[in-house]
Amino acid sequence: MLHPVTTTHYLVLSAALLAIGTIGVLARRNIVVILMAIELILNAVNINLIAFSRHLGHVHGQVFAIFVITVAVAEAAVGLGILIALFRTRATVQADEINLLKW
Amino acid sequence: MWVDTFFFYLFALVTLAGGVLTVTRRNAVHSAMSLILSLIGVAGLFLLQRAEFLFAVQIVLYVGGIMVLFLFVIMLVNLDQAARMRQFSGQWWLALACVLAVAAQIVYVLSRGSGAFRFARPEPPARGGNVELVADVLFKQYLLPFELASVLLLAAIVGSVIMARKRI
Repeated sequence: MLHPVTTTHYLVLSAALLAIGTIGVLARRNIVVILMAIELILNAVNINLIAFSRHLGHVHGQVFAIFVITVAVAEAAVGLGILIALFRTRATVQADEINLLKW
Repeated sequence: MWVDTFFFYLFALVTLAGGVLTVTRRNAVHSAMSLILSLIGVAGLFLLQRAEFLFAVQIVLYVGGIMVLFLFVIMLVNLDQAARMRQFSGQWWLALACVLAVAAQIVYVLSRGSGAFRFARPEPPARGGNVELVADVLFKQYLLPFELASVLLLAAIVGSVIMARKRI
């Protein structure tokens, strides 16, 4: 028996995607994969915004999702630029080998 | 109604499976392909939620733009050596425990308040298409944030060009 999909379904899905992305950010060593996990987290945010936009019956959530996508593009571009600079100077992409500021 | 439910579970499965594969794959190119799968699933969810403009933006910008950027960087950065090394940091079990605790809390709170989240009222009648509505709000009510976003993008362009130069 299939129940009709409510906003709660979308929120739980968004929470699951957030958890997967956070595990990726915290546990992976490869910086490229960490940046991809950040994209997953931002997509979880977008699912939430769209679900509430539909729930409340106006499009403000969709406009905010557009802003989130804009910030995600800027973040990906700058992050990958930093990654290239880092690889050129340190020749590593492992997050735990870059520990100059580690206490 | 059941078509909506079926497609929701289909896209949710695609999204979550793509996400899990993205985080767990050893090869970064495989991770990128899985991320594309996940992003397409999210685009499908946007379409189910009547956000057609964001569906198009998701496909064109994310799948077409950001993922090509990722694949170019994977090509520029030599990841063969990284693929042979240990993939997860030493405290991965701690990270997993913390994230599972937070996720359990979120799901508990959502289930407590799930009565408030049903689609009680009927959908308002659409005044024009989705693109029209989004543009109306974006260019009237959110004009200043929209212009600030262009400044942010300019800063990001300059920053990434500076970062990718030979001598910083």
